[in-house]
Order: sequence, then structure tokens, then C-alpha cells
Amino acid sequence: MAKYILKRFALGIVTIWAVITITFILMHSVPGNPFATESRKIPPNIMENLMKKYGLDKPKSEQYIMYLKNIAKFDFGESMKSDSETVNQIIARGFPVSARLGLQSILIALIFGPALGAIAALYQNKIPDYVAMIISIIGVSVPSFVLGSFLIQFVATKVEWIPIGGWGEFRHTLLPSFALAVMPLARFSRLMRSSMLEILGQDYIKTAKSKGISKFAVIMKHAVRNAILPIVSILGTTVSDLVVGSFVIEKIFGIPGLGQFFTTSVFNRDYTLIMGVTVFYALVLISAMLLVDIAYMLIDPRIRLTKEGH
Amino acid sequence: MSKRLLVLISVLLALAILFTGCSSPSTDEGDKNSNGTPGGQTTGKKILRTNNSSEPGSLDPALAQGTHESWILENVFEGLMTFDENGNLVEGMAESYEVSDDGLTYTFKLRDGIKWTNGDPVTAHDFEYSWKRALAPETAANYASILYYIKGAEDYNTGKASADDVAVKALDDKTLEVTLEAPTAYFLELTAFYTYFPVNKNVAESNPDWAKDPSTYVSNGPFKLVEWKHNDQVILEKNPDYYNADKIKLDGIDLDILEDQNTAWQKYQGGEYDLLVDVPTSVVNELKTKNDPQLQIGLQVGTYYYNVNPKVKPFNNAKVRKGLALALDRETIVEKITMGGQIPATGVVPPGMKDENGNDFRESVGDLIKYDPAEAKKLFEEGLAEEGMTVEDFNKQGFVLLYNTSESHKKIAQAAQEMWRTTLGIEIGLENVEFQVKLNREQSGDYQISRAGWIGDFMDPMTFLDLWWSDSAFNDVKYNNPEYDALIRQAKSTNDQNVRMKAMKEAEKMLMKDMPVIPVYFYTQPYTVKPNVTGIIKVPVRYPIITYADITG
Amino acid sequence: MSDMTYTKDMFQKVKRESYHADEIKRPTIKYWADVWRRLKMNKLAMAGLIILIIMGIMSIIGPHLSGFDYKEQDYSQVNIRPNSTYWFGTDELGRDLFSRAWLGTRYSLLIGIAAALIDFGIGVIYGGIAGISSRKVDAIMMRIAEVIYSIPYMLVVVLISVVFSTAGSGTSMFVLIFAMTITGWVPMANLVRGQVLQLREFEYSMASESLGASKGWILRKHIIPNSFGPILVNVTLTIPRAIFSEATLSFMGLGLQLPKPSLGTLANDGLAVMPIGLFYQILIPSILISLIMFSFNVLGDGLRDALDPRLRK
Repeated sequence: MAKYILKRFALGIVTIWAVITITFILMHSVPGNPFATESRKIPPNIMENLMKKYGLDKPKSEQYIMYLKNIAKFDFGESMKSDSETVNQIIARGFPVSARLGLQSILIALIFGPALGAIAALYQNKIPDYVAMIISIIGVSVPSFVLGSFLIQFVATKVEWIPIGGWGEFRHTLLPSFALAVMPLARFSRLMRSSMLEILGQDYIKTAKSKGISKFAVIMKHAVRNAILPIVSILGTTVSDLVVGSFVIEKIFGIPGLGQFFTTSVFNRDYTLIMGVTVFYALVLISAMLLVDIAYMLIDPRIRLTKEGH
Repeated sequence: MSKRLLVLISVLLALAILFTGCSSPSTDEGDKNSNGTPGGQTTGKKILRTNNSSEPGSLDPALAQGTHESWILENVFEGLMTFDENGNLVEGMAESYEVSDDGLTYTFKLRDGIKWTNGDPVTAHDFEYSWKRALAPETAANYASILYYIKGAEDYNTGKASADDVAVKALDDKTLEVTLEAPTAYFLELTAFYTYFPVNKNVAESNPDWAKDPSTYVSNGPFKLVEWKHNDQVILEKNPDYYNADKIKLDGIDLDILEDQNTAWQKYQGGEYDLLVDVPTSVVNELKTKNDPQLQIGLQVGTYYYNVNPKVKPFNNAKVRKGLALALDRETIVEKITMGGQIPATGVVPPGMKDENGNDFRESVGDLIKYDPAEAKKLFEEGLAEEGMTVEDFNKQGFVLLYNTSESHKKIAQAAQEMWRTTLGIEIGLENVEFQVKLNREQSGDYQISRAGWIGDFMDPMTFLDLWWSDSAFNDVKYNNPEYDALIRQAKSTNDQNVRMKAMKEAEKMLMKDMPVIPVYFYTQPYTVKPNVTGIIKVPVRYPIITYADITG
Repeated sequence: MSDMTYTKDMFQKVKRESYHADEIKRPTIKYWADVWRRLKMNKLAMAGLIILIIMGIMSIIGPHLSGFDYKEQDYSQVNIRPNSTYWFGTDELGRDLFSRAWLGTRYSLLIGIAAALIDFGIGVIYGGIAGISSRKVDAIMMRIAEVIYSIPYMLVVVLISVVFSTAGSGTSMFVLIFAMTITGWVPMANLVRGQVLQLREFEYSMASESLGASKGWILRKHIIPNSFGPILVNVTLTIPRAIFSEATLSFMGLGLQLPKPSLGTLANDGLAVMPIGLFYQILIPSILISLIMFSFNVLGDGLRDALDPRLRK
């Protein structure tokens, strides 16, 4: 098992390197430079000064090597648009916010999703099942940003206690994490339902029941535990999707997280910020995938027993 | 087995509680208004709450690049001259000034009692230091060019001279002498521009990061920077040591950093903001239709226009260009499409600038373009014929209107395309590219028609007419008219407004006769103000001035 | 031992057909008819299918039904709520939303299907090859795939959209699809590879191999028909993902270039008038997106259930 983890870790490093390189290439092949603005043109000599300041006048290969060196030191450099913060600082400030938003959303989805799915499975084809199904179907179909916009329009403006955007207290996190959580929640619930249905029909459940174990114990001990598996397996991609969804949600709700930098810094050609944020995100996502893989391994005895664990 | 599950659940719950229980370290709820009372009455203080839209890249005057920084800077700093509560340009840090007879040398006397927020007195040395600092090549100041009016400035900034060659000198603590390259009628106004703001020499020299944190930030204006929560909020407080503190009615200004227009509007409506600039256009239009007094359409020094590439046939023909210009129904564009209360262009110089008699320049020059579809078609076809082309030939060329990616440019371009189609029968394609790409293509002449805009930095027609002087770096259409150049030169050679204005009026008329560019509309800046907020003034060259605002009730 | 004598007429020459008798190959036609029958029983999936068919038809004829051209601007009819002339109302430029919405549906569907098909194509080829190859080659191929997949999807999409700046809507659709498929094919490849590996292990495959069949033959006759099911399900579920991504991109301002509409760009446009209380402009495209997502999802689920031999009825 340790061997497996090491292998995955090494793979992760290679992946990050690939991400850095590809991002670098793409960013530097984008036409344009960071210093032009919409309403003013910058005289060429000032442009030169600016390029020199950020090392943009050196040949690309040199810039690339310098960059790799810096990353190894965890120095993401200085942002081109912000004079007051380095990229490290920007990330350090924005990430906890985005992380909190993301984790809160996942928690909501993980707690209520399977619960909903389990209820639906237990009361199959009865009313709770239909209700749960409808909720989850709507959840999978409506884009999070549409939901977010409507939530602001109809809930935040009407309910005093819920603020219109911004960040700072628990109540600021409610609407955005809800908007983000709905889709994974729906997915989890549907997965849970179908896998529970499958399991409940299995022989070993009947065996347990016939042994006299209470229905509740049966559900908790066997059904739920095994039904969780598929959910864990898609947890990795779910986190990934969540991160993407957060970009728009952060923008709509005015949340000072990391997501917004993604799109604005690409438009601004803030090279250092883009690369820093991208590499950082890659790190986060890859670690998340690794954790999920490990968790999956722990939970599913079948995998543990396979020789290689691919 | 179930124990494991229980452990898992309790861990999850614990995490949930952890997150819900501890809020993020957002300090000080006092200034951040969490209830919806207008006027920020959380503590009985008069706090003006508004939205800055974008995060400032830097709050160092030398490094600032745009309105998301200047708006704040204009409240925490003050230059030699400033704008008063009536929008007039008056002495600021300077108590008086003298101009030499040849109009080249200005001597400023600083007033008494001006202090930095750390107690240091503001001296002429600070000014000399700051202007040279902004010009230093290492500073790489984006806006250094606005200082080029000073003799030796451009050479220093381009590395051809040293700092000592820049003609700004502190004769003593209270006297500053500046020599200009040429007589510049609007130089006084320039000293109110943020790149000309002073910084505390001692502070800046000893701590290069002074502008990055409120604790080390030192300024000299009516407000001081108290908090800067990146991407979240900027908080200003009244500066009691400001020499004119009596005139400042507000106790503080809270600026949110919220990019989403719609959400910002919701907050304004919900009473969380007292003022909002950057209002969604649909809202502006609605308020305008209802004549809502909360909406103010402020003037802005800006013109939206289309470049026409004379190197491409038939655009070399003035009649063709004029035909295109007259075919645009600017009223409709402004009323139905941009809906921001913009003003249909009648020339290249927007309203709001005064001529030699104190009248509005734009008004006194008159309407140099209008919407006239019949005339447009006539001229266009005449011009085409002169170039040996028919409309069919034109359409076969696949000409394209280029613009940079943006919602509003897109809408306007679509409208223009339609108008040209219905009035002139021509097919023009649309293409949008990223801003810098567009600039590059304009510079290399790789376009037929392209959208452009220019926002002036000071209120003198020269800031626009100067664009088409044959040597100008910004003359994308390479307009080359020696007579035009002569008029521009004349206007730049003296401070005599009679001479200057007359020359500039002539110049604009000449420009519109040749129509190398097609003006579309003049920018405006709509903003909304709550009824209980007074004292907001709009000077065309700045964001609404909130320094002298007052909140009643 | 019996004292039976074997005469010639007791033996029958083995005919060619009998050679094939031991091939455990499911006759394809009967298989799919069976799947269809099971699918039909799933009311939800059928609902999804019907909705998709209707939307497909509407996306073709819809823009022509209302009599308005999708790009025609009428400034006197700006922001009109749905009424009898403008069935879906008009937008900020006075354009008919009915035609735009259905045209948008068309483009969104095209993008979604194209992206899914390309993902499928690349994925099947890549995964198929990996699955059949030696362990080493397989490992290398999958590592490369993993690396590619780890690159943040959005970044790639955004960067590519910006790098290949548009020169007209045709290129843009291509760019969008290209951007979305560049990393998206990996799950499909994984799936195909998994199927291939799995099926390699199955008895009948081994049996065939022991009968002398070549790798390619196995691939064609056994693996592909049996993998087809899960692959079809995956494709059906990839489409909404692609459409959703396109909508997200449009919402960030990176969508299909005008004046061609897509559901995403329409929803984004609709945002602009929400502050003045007009919701139909964002509601209509959102509902259409949701319907598409819903339909593909239930159809995909239904297909998955219908194909699953364990749920045999």
C-alpha cells in the first residue's frame, strides 16, 4: 500500500510539472501583454520599463527556467496587476475563503445527498422517493450560477438576515454554498439511491435480516457502507467540478476567494498570477484525488485485496 | 463496522461545526454595515458606503493606473491644485502660484499648516521627490507620460537623462519651481491629477513597501486609509489634521470591492450603499425613463469612435467615410442600445470643456455630424464611384468591423452593422479580439474599421485633437494633414486662450470635414445617489467627488 | 464396451454453421431489441427521450416558426415580455427570443454532441489501444492520460478560447469544442480501457482466444459489442456536461461569438435585465438548459439500467 501511495505521489509531481509547462506555453503564446488598458495606450518606452521590471524582456526559455526554480522554492512571484501583494500573498488570502466555501458545499452535499438517496431507496416508489427524485433531478439540471442569481434576487433581498453578497460571517456563506452544493447533492443522492437499491436486493441483506438483526442495524451496517462506495469514487471529479463552479459563484456573490482571479487574471494577462493560481489549483486537485484514492482503497476491501492496486 | 461509520459521521459533524462556528477573521463589524439602514447609522457616524468595483492594484500614486485606484487616491491625497465642493479647480496644497510671462515657469507657494498623516509637514521637497520618483525608469510608472509636460521629464523617463535634468526644484521647504517644455494652458489642472500627488519623502525612502499596508500608509488628504481588506473592502476615515477639515462632513467612507454589477445594484437597492457608480445599463435606462431623481448622468471626458483605415480602398475616400458616418443613427444607438444616458457625438470633443469665453467648447463649435441617411447614401455611392467600385464590389471584399471583446461594444457593433446594411446596403462583418490584439492590428494597419475610445485626462480639447496630429503615437489612422498639424502646433505654443481655442475650433472643423474617424457617442458616467445624500459633485475628468458629501437623516 | 459397429451413415459431416455454435456471441439484433423493450418500460427515461426529440425538432424548425429573424433588431420592441407576437418576448436589442432560443438550443446541442462524439472517438481509440497493449505500454499511456486530465479543465478552456481569438463564429464553435475535448476524453478512455481489460479476463474471451482467434477479432466481435452499452451511457451523460460547460463559459463571457446565440450566452444576456425585474430572459434559456440536462441524464440512466444484465426482468 505504501508503494501505491508513493507511486501516486510521484505521478502527482509529474503532473504538476506538466501543468506548469503547459500553462507557461499557453500563457506566453497568448497575444497581448499585461500592460495595455482599454482607454489609454502606453508609450513604447514606458512599456519597455514595465517589461523589464517583470523580466518579460528576457528570452522565453530563460523565463521558464527562472520560473521553475522559483516554484521549487514556493515563490510564485509578483503579480503584475497588484503592486501591493505578491502572488503568494494573494493565494494565501484567497484560498482559505474558497476552501471554506468549497468544503462547506461538499459537506452539505455529502450529508444531505446520501441521506436523501437512502430515504428514496428505502421508500422506493412511494412518495418520499418521488419527492427526493424530483429534487435531485432539478438539482442536476439547473446550473449553479443561475440558481445563485435567483437566490440573490429572491432570497437575499427579501430576508433581512441573509446578506446580499460579501463575506465575513456564517450567514454570508449560506446562499453561495447552497447554490454550489445542489448539483453534487443531487448526484450523490441519485447514486446512493441506485446503489442502495441494488444492495438491498442482495442476498446477504436477506441473510442478515433473517438472522434477526434489526432493520436499522442492517441498513447502517451493510447497506450504507457499501452504497457509499460509488459516491467516494466520483468524489474526485465532484471536487473538481465544484472548484470550477466556484468561479462564477464567487463573482456573483462578491466573495473574495481565489476563483475570480482565474478568469480576471487571464483576461488581464497577469502571467505570474495565472501561473501561480493554476499551479496552486493543480496541487489542490491532485492532492484531493490522491486522498480520495486512498480513502476508496481503505473503504473497499475488494481493492485492498487486489495485488497491485493498479 | 458501524463504529467506523459513527466515527466518520462524527468527524464530519465536527468539521461542520468547526466551520460554522468560527467565522473567518473578518475584523471590525463596526464599519462593515451588516444591516440595511441607510446612512450607515451603526454607530451614529456619517459613513458613506459605496462600491469600488475592482481591487486596487496599488495605492501608491505613482503606480496607480485607473479609476479603481484613483477614486480612493483622490480622497486620501491632495495635489498642488484640487477640486472644491463646487467642482472648481482651486488651490490645494499650494496657497498661491505665479506664472512667468513666457508661460513656462510656475512657482508654487505651499500653504501653512499642511501635514502628513504621520505628523510630518508637507514640504516642496516632497513634491520634487515624488514627481521625479514617478518619472524614474525603475519605478516603471504606467502613467509617467502625464508628467512629460515638465522639461526634461521625458528624457529622464526614457533613460536619456538623469533625475537632476528634470526641471522641478524645491527652492525651499515651501516653494516649488517647475519649468515646462512648452506653454501648457492646462498645467494647473494636471497638478490635480493623481500621478502628480506628493508622497512623503522620508517614508517612501525608508520603506519601499509603505503603500502596501494601512499601518505604514502616509497621505496628506481629507481622509486617511484605515483598512484595506484585499478584494473585500477599503475603509477610509476623516483626517482631522487636514487643513480644511471643517469642510469635510463625512466621518468615513467604506468602499466595497464587488465586481458583479447586479449584486452591487441589489446592495444599493437594499440600502447597503449610499451611492453607486457603475450601474447596470438596464437599470440606468429604466431609471432614466422614469426620471428617477436618484439617477445622475455625469459628464465624462470621453469619446467612442470608429477608426477607418485609409490604406484600404475605398476607405481612402473622404466621401465614403462621411457616408458611413452619416448613416449611423446615433440617437438610436444611445437611447436604445447603450442606454447609459450617453450623448450622441457631434464631433470628437465631448461637452464639458470651456472655451475662451467660458462657454462650452462643444456647443460653440456646433454639430459637425448628424444622422442623414439620404445624404449618407448619396455621398457613399459618389465616393465609391470615384474609387471605381460599386456596392456589390464593396460587399465582395468582406470588410470587417473590429472591436475588442465586451458586451457593450458587441451590441453597438451589431447595431452599426445593421444600420449600414439598411441605409447603405453594405455587408460588413464583425470580429472581436482581445484588446491588445486590436491595438496591435491597428498599429500595423491590419484592419478596415475598428472601434476605439479615448478618455481624456484633463479638460482641454487638446487631449482629443492631439490624437490626430501626424506624429502622435496614438494616430492609428495615420491622419496626415499639414494644415491640421499647423493649427495644433499653434494651440500648443501659447497660453493665450483666445489664440488656442480659435485654432482648436478650426482644427476640429477640419478634422470632421475629412472624417478620418467616425465619432459615435460621448461617454457619460451615470451614478445613483440616495436622496438623503448631498454634496456629490461630478467633474467630467473624475469619478464623482464624494469628498464633500453629507448624509442627512 | 458395446459391440456396436460404426457405420459411415452414423456420422454426419460437421457443417460450417456448427463451427460457430460454440461461439458465445449474442446475436446483436435480438440484444438491442431487448434493451429497447426494457428502456421503454422506464417512464422517466422515455419522458427524457421524448423531450429530447421534441427539442431536437424545435431546434431545427423553431427559428423559422416565428417569422422573425434571430438577428433582426427592432429598437421599438425592446425588452418586451412574452406575448402573442413575440412568444418568448424580446431582448435588449429588440430581437425575437423565440427564434434565438431555439437557435441557441441548436448550437448548444451541436456543441454538446460534437464534444461528446469527439471525446468518444479519441477515448475509444486511445482506451482500446491501451487496453489491448502490453502492461507497460498501457501503464505509460494511462499515465500520460492522467497527466492530461489533471490539468485544470477551466484553465485550458479559458486559455484556449483567448489564445485562438475569434475571427468569426465558425472558428469559435470549433475552438470551444476543441477546448472542451482536449482533456475531456480521458474518462472515456478510462472507461473503454476498463471495459477492454475486464472483458479480456472473461471466460468466453479466453475461450475464443484458445480457439485461435486473433486480438483484433476479439476486439471487434466481443469486446466492442459488449462495451457498447456502457460507452453509450457515458456518451449520453457527457453531452449535458459539455453543454453545461459551454453555458458556464458563456456566463464568464467566453461563449459562442455573436450574433450566434447559444443557450449559455442567452442566459448570460438575460442576467443584464434581472435588476429591473425582467426574469423571462434568463429563465427561458435556463429552463431549456435544464430540460436538456434532465433529459440526457434520465435517458442515460435509463440506458444504463436497460443494459445491465443484472436488472434483467
